[in-house]
Amino acid sequence: MDVEFTLPDLGEGVEYGTIAKILVSVGDELEMDQSIVELETDKAVFEVPSSISGVIKEIFVQEGEDVKVGQKILTVSSKAEAVKKAVEKPAPAEKSAPAVEPEPVSPKEAAAEKAPEDAVPTKTAMQEMVPEATPASFVPLASQKPDEAAPAAPSVRRFAREIGIDINGVSGTGPGGRISIDDIKRHAKALSEQRAAFAAVPAGIPLEPLPDFAKWGEVAREPMNKVRRKTAEHLGHAWTTVAHVTHFEKADITQLEKFREDYGKKAEDAGGKLTLTAILLKIVSAALKVFPQFNASIDLARSEIVYKKYYHIGVAVDTDRGLLVPVVRDVDRKNIVELSVELTQMAQKARNKTISLEEMKGGCFTISNLGGIGGTGFTPIVNTPEVAILGVSRSRVEPLYVDGEFEGRLIVPLTLSYDHRLIDGADAARFLRWIVEAIEEPFKVLLEG
Amino acid sequence: MTAEQHAKTELAVVGAGPGGYAAAFLAADLGMRVTLVDPRPKPGGVCLFQGCIPSKALLHVSKLLSEAEEAAGWGVEFAKPKIDLEKLRSWKKEVVKKLTSGLSQLSTQRKVNFVQGTAAFIDSNTLEISVARDKKHRISFQHAVLATGSRPAGIPGTTIESPKVMDSTGALELEDVPKTLLIVGGGYIGLELGSVYASLGSRVTVVEMMSDLLLGVDKDLVKVLRNRLEKKFDAILLDTKVGRMKETKKGIEVTFQSKAPDVPAKTFEKALIATGRKPNSNDLGLENTKVEVDERGFIEVDGQRRTTDPSIFAIGDVAGEPMLAHKASHEGRVAVEVIAGNKAEFDPRAIPAVVFTDPEIAWCGLTETEAEAQNRKVDVVRFPWAASGRALTMGRTDGVTKLLVDPETERVLGMGVAGAGAGELIAEGVLAVEMAALATDVRLSIHPHPTLSETVMESAEVFFGQSTHIYRPKRKSKS
Repeated sequence: MDVEFTLPDLGEGVEYGTIAKILVSVGDELEMDQSIVELETDKAVFEVPSSISGVIKEIFVQEGEDVKVGQKILTVSSKAEAVKKAVEKPAPAEKSAPAVEPEPVSPKEAAAEKAPEDAVPTKTAMQEMVPEATPASFVPLASQKPDEAAPAAPSVRRFAREIGIDINGVSGTGPGGRISIDDIKRHAKALSEQRAAFAAVPAGIPLEPLPDFAKWGEVAREPMNKVRRKTAEHLGHAWTTVAHVTHFEKADITQLEKFREDYGKKAEDAGGKLTLTAILLKIVSAALKVFPQFNASIDLARSEIVYKKYYHIGVAVDTDRGLLVPVVRDVDRKNIVELSVELTQMAQKARNKTISLEEMKGGCFTISNLGGIGGTGFTPIVNTPEVAILGVSRSRVEPLYVDGEFEGRLIVPLTLSYDHRLIDGADAARFLRWIVEAIEEPFKVLLEG
Repeated sequence: MTAEQHAKTELAVVGAGPGGYAAAFLAADLGMRVTLVDPRPKPGGVCLFQGCIPSKALLHVSKLLSEAEEAAGWGVEFAKPKIDLEKLRSWKKEVVKKLTSGLSQLSTQRKVNFVQGTAAFIDSNTLEISVARDKKHRISFQHAVLATGSRPAGIPGTTIESPKVMDSTGALELEDVPKTLLIVGGGYIGLELGSVYASLGSRVTVVEMMSDLLLGVDKDLVKVLRNRLEKKFDAILLDTKVGRMKETKKGIEVTFQSKAPDVPAKTFEKALIATGRKPNSNDLGLENTKVEVDERGFIEVDGQRRTTDPSIFAIGDVAGEPMLAHKASHEGRVAVEVIAGNKAEFDPRAIPAVVFTDPEIAWCGLTETEAEAQNRKVDVVRFPWAASGRALTMGRTDGVTKLLVDPETERVLGMGVAGAGAGELIAEGVLAVEMAALATDVRLSIHPHPTLSETVMESAEVFFGQSTHIYRPKRKSKS
């Protein structure tokens, strides 16, 4: 008997990915939980484990191919008793497939839990709100089971199609969840209200047609990888929605450098690296406590400000696939040695592609340190729905006039880009000033942070 | 070919079966200039000329013969029927002629340009139509709808060329009534035609490779039919393949390979190969377009029935399973609506399927077999026809009606019927599934008494453990 393996639900609304690598071949004896393919989704690469076993008969996908959830990946010939049909989600193999939701929550529960949070423009919700459709993510009522055909009469389905509503996102008020024309109208109205709230956002600037570059010389075209595509979309969105202002500062890190040299060994023994970024993590988390408006998001749809009571900070990491931003959780509850260890691990995971989508979500603030490469200053783009980002450039020894004479001090240029819709210039100046002072007088963190 | 014959049309429809003509007619109604091409002299396709319609005419006769025989049990005895094959054939032809002539007329009234010939693509906007030997002309189109249908598929390596080996088209010609007939393939075509020949007097043997007749159809429905066919047919050989076929003076000598021990070779006067159909996607010049065909020969289409070539659409058998006329007609109308710029989509919740044997089998929406494969929890509620007054009055209590209901939402997800007239009953199931009706909706709709349609209502009552005519309390386990 032949059994199919289809791409399982990846959780978190991820609907498709690119096959980075096929790890099995026709004729192999496939075992339960064995990794079948390496899948690259928006920001993570992970291995998809098998939920069936048997001898692989045919593989239907190729490396580099985009596959959707539910798409047929391979078939195995297998003894009937060995197989439980691959309908249910695969067991979460923590390491190989971190993006798979650990517990299958019934959709109703999930929607109920998610509803309030979804109203906050979290990263995913924001990204989905700007393009057309995908209304499901911010409509408070639950929608149906994912695979279920929406319970609506043909005339109702036709009406939805005609006005451009995805009926699978509409919740019905009739018996058994049946969807009426009125439900569709209500849904459409809610949608347009949401959109109106975002009217400040240019609904999408039409693309200017590209010239024929080949006229002027040889060109090569390459498809964007997932990370590049997502980065382009996300930063394009951030650039068009955020009212960007960048504030410049300099901090004297002569003392801090000493401290770094003295205690570097401690961090190394623990398996980390005591970098300026690791120290800044701690300082920034303290600053966020003092200035809560920097640990916030704007919910224009509801005209509310969302203040976060947790301190998760993202750190931009340069990888061969592009820019990734792993998020260090609960920075305020960890000491600098712990942070340096975690940061080293996260950066490594980002570079060797084992980082999960989950580990790159939920950030409150981002640090981008280009000091290792160079530059006297840059204006980073706010990583929405966060409201500020700290840029660190290369430190150098500069003459500083101290007590009547010039002294060589190690100075690092800092820049803070912030969303002026929420943060006033004076606050930004105070915030960055606070960070500079904390760098120069770490005692301040203990005292105030 | 001459240049001046390079005609133009807005829509070219290739194939005038139920999919093609439905598409052409709607397009004409919407004001498009339409050219409809088919090798047959009139619209109708396989369905009217060599499929649904002639077979149903013959099946009607077959049922009449069975009923006349059964009437003896009710005190009415007829003499043994005399069958005038010539007259029967001409009656069948007459039915076909009436229908196809009607279509021809409808086509003319709508000013559809019907061209008899075979068409092949020159490029994504041009067709070459061969209307006779050496007579070809080209026509350019803005959009094309491919509705070329399917043809009987033999078994490569086994099927032999012989006048004594027929396919479904040949069997419908009804050249004679062989004393013994082998039907290869226990699908709906084999069983329908087998029933016709059995009623006319042939001793019929059916051989089927799989473990049951009608692959994929719910077992409880098949069982109702099999019980009757076992009496009507000489033999039904399951889990058995045809080994070798050889033409002899007496007929066709056939050996079998079976799971059962020793199925001896046998000679049949005639054999009918009914092992399925394959899509007509070759010889269409698709290589000159961007249209893609899958490994089984089906043209790949999206939800709007658009092929990978944006100006070309495909519908019906050639665009994929299920190969059913009514699915083709619906798809044809969807494709034309899309071409007309409407936001249409082929998105049925229930495509009904009917096997026109006696008893008939019909189903729509979710089946038990599918629910099992999807590991999906459903409540299946059955109403046996033994409890139906109407079935009793017809002497046909061999039947069952069932509904598949979602235990949570109580929504009707599918329906299945086996029994006399099941094909007519299933339409209610289609409406229920499409309208997302709940079991309560069906239960609370008054059904006429005494009719077989009451079995649908009573099935819904069974769901609530409240059927009037059977006592089956609601199971406790359901929450």
